[in-house]
Amino acid sequence: MDAANEAGQAKADSAKGSAQLGTGGGDAPTHAPAPNTPQFTREEDLHAYHEMLLIRRFEEKAGQLYGMGLIGGFCHLYIGQEAVVIGMQMASVEGDQTITGYRDHGHMLACGMDPKGVMAELTGRRGGYSRGKGGSMHMFSKEKQFFGGHGIVGAQVSLGTGLGFADAYKKNGKVSLTYMGDGAANQGQVYESFNMAQLWKLPVVYVIENNRYAMGTSVARASAQTDFSKRGVSFGIPGEQVDGMDVRTVREAASRAVEHARSGQGPYILEMQTYRYRGHSMSDPAKYRTKDEVSKMRDEHDPIEMVRKRLIEMHGVPEADLKATDAKVRETVNDAAEFATHDPEPDPSELWTDILLEARA
Amino acid sequence: MATDILMPALSPTMEKGNLAKWLKKEGDAVKSGDVLAEIETDKATMEVEAIDEGILAKILIEEGTEGVKVNTPIAIIAGEGEDVAAAAAGGGAKPEASAPAQSAPTPTMQAEGQASAPAATAKSGDDKANAPAAPAVITNKAPAPVMEEFPAGTEMVTMTVRESLRDAMAEEMRREDSVFVMGEEVAEYQGAYKVTQGLLQEFGARRVVDTPITEHGFAGIAAGAAFTGLRPIVEFMTFNFAMQAIDHIINSAAKTLYMSGGQLGCPIVFRGPNGAAARVGAQHSHDYSAWYSNVPGLKVIAPYTASDAKGLLKAAIRDPNPVIFLENEILYGQSFPVPKLDDFVLPIGKARIHRTGKDVTIVSFSIGMTYALKAAQALAEEGIEAEVIDLRTLRPMDTDTIVESVKKTGRCVTVEEGFPQSGIGAEIIARLMADAFDFLDAPVLRVTGKDVPMPYAANLEKLALPNVAEVIQAVKAVCYR
Repeated sequence: MDAANEAGQAKADSAKGSAQLGTGGGDAPTHAPAPNTPQFTREEDLHAYHEMLLIRRFEEKAGQLYGMGLIGGFCHLYIGQEAVVIGMQMASVEGDQTITGYRDHGHMLACGMDPKGVMAELTGRRGGYSRGKGGSMHMFSKEKQFFGGHGIVGAQVSLGTGLGFADAYKKNGKVSLTYMGDGAANQGQVYESFNMAQLWKLPVVYVIENNRYAMGTSVARASAQTDFSKRGVSFGIPGEQVDGMDVRTVREAASRAVEHARSGQGPYILEMQTYRYRGHSMSDPAKYRTKDEVSKMRDEHDPIEMVRKRLIEMHGVPEADLKATDAKVRETVNDAAEFATHDPEPDPSELWTDILLEARA
Repeated sequence: MATDILMPALSPTMEKGNLAKWLKKEGDAVKSGDVLAEIETDKATMEVEAIDEGILAKILIEEGTEGVKVNTPIAIIAGEGEDVAAAAAGGGAKPEASAPAQSAPTPTMQAEGQASAPAATAKSGDDKANAPAAPAVITNKAPAPVMEEFPAGTEMVTMTVRESLRDAMAEEMRREDSVFVMGEEVAEYQGAYKVTQGLLQEFGARRVVDTPITEHGFAGIAAGAAFTGLRPIVEFMTFNFAMQAIDHIINSAAKTLYMSGGQLGCPIVFRGPNGAAARVGAQHSHDYSAWYSNVPGLKVIAPYTASDAKGLLKAAIRDPNPVIFLENEILYGQSFPVPKLDDFVLPIGKARIHRTGKDVTIVSFSIGMTYALKAAQALAEEGIEAEVIDLRTLRPMDTDTIVESVKKTGRCVTVEEGFPQSGIGAEIIARLMADAFDFLDAPVLRVTGKDVPMPYAANLEKLALPNVAEVIQAVKAVCYR
């Protein structure tokens, strides 16, 4: 394909992308909230606001640091998708496991991991969660039951099913929240895992974060069945499509799914219809969609703005209070960036550590 | 005319079997498709069907007979209208001259790796063509007492590699509830190669888990379970199928400890037969030793004796790291002395000097040891005393033991069934260049499988694998003899 054709192709793709947005055919989380939209209490909305804002500001800062050359390699930002992981987290209990792919910073913060440790891992410093040896895509916290952070698209689905296998084996009543994107949902091992999870009734909630693009390939161009909630049909796994831009609908669906899994009925699939504002990674040329498409989502469906508006209009929270929250979040993120840019790089001897564990005596 | 029913070969590596049961008796009329008898191999019980119509004139091998060699006549079928008594009297006398076998085994339980097993013998009378390409069993004496791995005077029991692997798993499963086995046909079928025989009965379906045929998926599930502290033993029906799962073995199991800064270990064992069996073609014969030995974060074990298989599998299950445990189908049925101890665990990463010698060092592992030992025996008769080192563990590789031996002998030959390029031999040679160059009196040579995909034809397969003559030739070359 020559350069001219390539450009033409890119244009055609983005045109297709906006056409989809217009039709909204099961693909776009558009329209006003349905009349039966679940409501949050003031405290719940405040909590969701703070948590989502932390992810948003953290990711913006990560983008900045990347631009300054302080973060290297790949860096995939979660901006726009915050309601998914926060809504899920609000429906889970302590001890439930979380595992995801490479767009993982938001999940780590949602699990309660320290923003300093996460940011320092992004900058490859010794205070990072993996002591600088993992990077953006590879962070873990045993304490917070966060199992990564996986760079091979779809691999986390089998691994997450294994977390559920362990829960069932140990009969510990926990649930594995296994996240994947719409791109990963086409991988073969996903279906191998669905099959075994349902066969063995494993407590796994599969969260398909459909942000509509696998890198630059729109769902319609990659998926014969674009309704991801149906991806478990042949295994008898229940699924539902959820407005992933509204943290309330996410939490409600998540509660159903988690309850289903925890009660021994097996896995559950949630297709979260969401959207990422930023590119696939920092080096995304963004030729596959229009700027209009992005700004339309931002303006009309931003998950954080929706909560902010509710807090002011429904819950009567003074704007000053929200500004205080904003300031607090900014401070947390600035502290994280400060730490991550001043913490030393790992000691050279770290090159040779953590390859194998010592066998028990 | 009367035809002999011959003891069928029911798997690529079967040499003998037990005649478990006759389902027809003398004088019975049989027609094509009737089940005549049940044959038990070390892997499975199978039925022998009649192909032609006739009368079962004579049973030559009584039921309950053990160790009946493949191609032995087990019964005579008289043809239609034939004198049954005459057929019974004459048929079995000269099996070489009789018509081709008229029996076709119906494997009711057949391992996938053996799907292409030939029905009995197509060419009776041509023993050479039917002999397995792999080396014949040599007498497995107790290992030379070079290393003290168990107390002197320990009672030794003879057992097969297969039994020792099963015992190792069973002992570790009794010891810790977190240890479980998963894989294809490990439970109800009792193991495609019967390695997991009896485990389901003792430990139940929670801990002996039959999986669908989805290596990629279940390897990932097992790795995920291991992240939480469970200790899965994943059986691959063969390591050829582990290619479907290699992403999880390498990217998930081997690297996560490092990527997590030491937080998340993956205590898991991936085990199963590796390398060539016999006549199973290119996709079922690959030796992956060198592949896995290339990867930091893995330990790789490839034992030869039953004793090492047991002691090292127990160590692998207890190890907090991902361990690749490469078995060999041809070795499964071989017997060796194993120390009778309550808890016999060997150290990972230590080679064993299987035979001492002063003239040349031969380094091998797994089934390669059979070529090395036979060559050493033959060379001794010519006055060349070879020291034979069984690596046992490929990663971490016990360079010290090799270097120490080469310092003594000044010469070295490596033996493996894998391909030459970037092989285990290549690695050993590189290490000797670095650590023993001044002690070498000759270039180090390697004997390997040939640089071709494994052919199916018996003669070609034999050519593709290393053989004893090649080892002898290489040793003589480095000894300038």
